Amino acid sequence: MSSRDQILARVRAAVADAPEAPEVSRDYLTTHTADDPAAVLDLLHENLADYRALVHRTRPEGLPALLARLLAERGATTVLAPAGLPAGWLAESTATRTDDTPASTAQELDAVDSVVTGCAVAIAETGTIVLDGSAGQGRRRITLVPDHHICVVRAPEQVVASVPQALPRLDPARPLTWISGPSATSDIELDRVEGVHGPRTLEVVLVEEGTSTE
Amino acid sequence: MSGTYLGMPSFPEAAREAVHNETLRENLRHATHTIRDKRAKAVAELADWAQLREAGRQIKDRTLRHLDEYLVQLEKSVTAAGGTVHWAADADEANRIVAGLVKATGEREVVKVKSMATQEIGLNEALEAEGITAYETDLAELIVQLGEDRPSHILVPAIHRNRGEIREIFARTMSEWGRPAPEGLTDSPAELAEAARLHLREKFLRAKVGISGANFMVAETGTLVVVESEGNGRMCLTLPETLISVVGIEKTVPTWQDLEVFLQTLPRSSTAERMNPYTSTWTGTTEADGPRDFHLVLLDNGRTATLADEVGRQALRCIRCSACLNVCPVYERAGGHAYGSVYPGPIGAILSPQLRGTESEIDASLPYASSLCGACYDVCPVAIDIPEVLVHLRERVAGQGGKGHRLEKAAIKAAGWVLNHPAALAAGEKAASKTRGLHPRRLPGAAAWTDSRDLPEVPPEPFRDWWKKNRT
Repeated sequence: MSSRDQILARVRAAVADAPEAPEVSRDYLTTHTADDPAAVLDLLHENLADYRALVHRTRPEGLPALLARLLAERGATTVLAPAGLPAGWLAESTATRTDDTPASTAQELDAVDSVVTGCAVAIAETGTIVLDGSAGQGRRRITLVPDHHICVVRAPEQVVASVPQALPRLDPARPLTWISGPSATSDIELDRVEGVHGPRTLEVVLVEEGTSTE
Repeated sequence: MSGTYLGMPSFPEAAREAVHNETLRENLRHATHTIRDKRAKAVAELADWAQLREAGRQIKDRTLRHLDEYLVQLEKSVTAAGGTVHWAADADEANRIVAGLVKATGEREVVKVKSMATQEIGLNEALEAEGITAYETDLAELIVQLGEDRPSHILVPAIHRNRGEIREIFARTMSEWGRPAPEGLTDSPAELAEAARLHLREKFLRAKVGISGANFMVAETGTLVVVESEGNGRMCLTLPETLISVVGIEKTVPTWQDLEVFLQTLPRSSTAERMNPYTSTWTGTTEADGPRDFHLVLLDNGRTATLADEVGRQALRCIRCSACLNVCPVYERAGGHAYGSVYPGPIGAILSPQLRGTESEIDASLPYASSLCGACYDVCPVAIDIPEVLVHLRERVAGQGGKGHRLEKAAIKAAGWVLNHPAALAAGEKAASKTRGLHPRRLPGAAAWTDSRDLPEVPPEPFRDWWKKNRT
C-alpha cells in the first residue's frame, strides 16, 4: 500500500467512532472598530507607527513631491519601480528609476537603494499592508531584498478595519505578502531589533482621496 | 550538530540538572515573564477573544474529524496550482523524499526557515548524512546551530542563551560556516542581529533550494501560510528555484475564511503582537514570481496514532504558538531541554509521548512533568485541555507497568497490610520516632520521588503516644 493510502486509511480508522463535529460558530466580531473611515485611517496610522513603520499622509496631488522628498532624504540614487506603478508617482524624483524584470538577480536587487510600491489592502487594527503582486506591486522579492521600502496606500478604498474584512478582498491564488512594520527579531533576550533580513526601513504613505476641501 | 534526542534521560533527571543552572533559570525567568505579560495585554485588546478561541477549537476539531477528505482536497488544490504532493508515513520516509528532491536539483546546500516538523524528523542530520548542508536562517535557530546546541523553546529556540553567550558563539563559529562575525563584535542585540544579517545574506542570495514548514494549509485553495518576523522566511520562500515544504497533516484548515480566526489568535498568543511582521501565503507556483518548483511533503509520523486516541487527539489542534510554555511553572524552572523533544513545555508533555509512544523512559516520564495547575489550558488559543490529556496519559503509562509502577504497587500493598494490623503500626511508629536522627534524606527504592521532593520529618513522638499522654 502506498504511504498516501496508508495515511488516509489510518485517519479513517482513527476517527471512525468519533462523533460528528458541530458546525463552526462564527460569533466573533468582524471588526473591533467603529465604522468611520477617518477613525479607521487614524488607527492604521497609529498601529503602523507603533511597530516602527514611518508613516506620512498626503493628498493625491502632493504624492509625487512627497515621494521625491523621502527618496532624497534617504540619499537614494536608484529606485526600483514595479510594472504598473502610476506614471506620475516618481515624476519629481531625481533618483534613477530601474524596472523590475524577471531576469534581474537577487544580487542586483541588493544593490538598489529603494523600492516604491502600491498595495492591495491595508488593515488598521493590526497595522498591516498586504501586497498581492498585481500592477504596481511587483514580485515578492522586490520588497524584500532592497533595504528601504516605500508603500503607498490609497485611502479610504484600500483600507479595511480588520483581518476578517481583509481576507475576502484577497485572492488566495496570488502570492500574498503581509507586512506589519519592518523586519524585526526578538530572539536575543526578547529585545526587539529592526531589520534582520527584510528592509530595515518601511515607510508608508497614506494618500487621502476624500472630497474634503478644508 | 547535536540535534538528536536519542538516549535522553527522563524528565526528572534532566530537570534536576537544569534547575541548578542559575544562568539558565535567570534567562528563562526573564524571557517567560516578559512575554507572558505582553501576551495578556495583546489578548485583552480583542473583546471577542473567547469567541475566537472557541471558533479556533471548532475549526480544528472539524478538520480532524474529516481529515481524510480535507487532505485529499488539499492534494488536489496544490496539484492544480502547479505543486507536487508527497506523502510520508514516518520520519525516515520524509527525510528520504526531501533528500531525493534536493539531489535531483544537483545542489548540495539548502536554506531553511525554522520548522518544527523538520526538527521533529531530524531532517538536517539526515541531509548531512547524504552530503547536503542545511543552513538554518532564523536568528535563534542560527544561534542553536552554530552553538551545536538544541532548541529549548518553540518560538524562541535560543531562549536559554543570553547576549554574552550569543556573542561568544558568533565570534567563535561563524567563520566555520561562511562569512565570519565582524571584528570587535559586542553583545548589543542590534550588532548581533547585523552580524547574522551579513552572515546569512550571502547564503540567501545564492540559494537554489529552500526548505520550510507551514503554519497552515488551506484545503479549499491549496494555499500554504508561513508567519514570521525576520524576513528569513520570505527569503527562503521566494528566492530559491525549488521550494520544499514539510508539513504535519494536522496543519490543514478547510477554508480561506478560517484564516481570519488563526491570523488573529496566533500572533497575539505567540509573540504578543497584533500581527507578526511578515506573513507569506502561496498557492502552488506563480509564473515569474518565486520558486519554479514547489513540493509539499505531508507528514504523518505518529499523528494518525494520536488522532486515534479520543482524549489525546485534541493535542493535534495545536498551532505551535508556545503560550503554554511561557506560563508554565515547571517549564520556567526546568527549561526546554529537560523535555527531551523538539516540543518542550506543557504541549510537549502531551504531544511527544503521543507522537513517539510511551515506551522510552523519557516519554513515560513526560506526562508527569507538570503540576496540573491548568495555566496552560487557560492561555491556549485552541482550548487544548492539557491537564486532562496529561492525566489520561499518566493512566496509560501506569497501565503499561514498568519499574516505578511495580515498586509503587508493592509499597501500597505493604502499607495496606500495616494499616490493617494496629499493633504492627504502633510498633513501627515508635521505632521510627526513636531512630529519626538516622533517617536518610532519600528513600531507597523511591528515589525518583524523593530526589525532587523533601521528605517530611518524622515527629519526635508518635501521635498515638501524644494522644494517650494529653487527652486520656
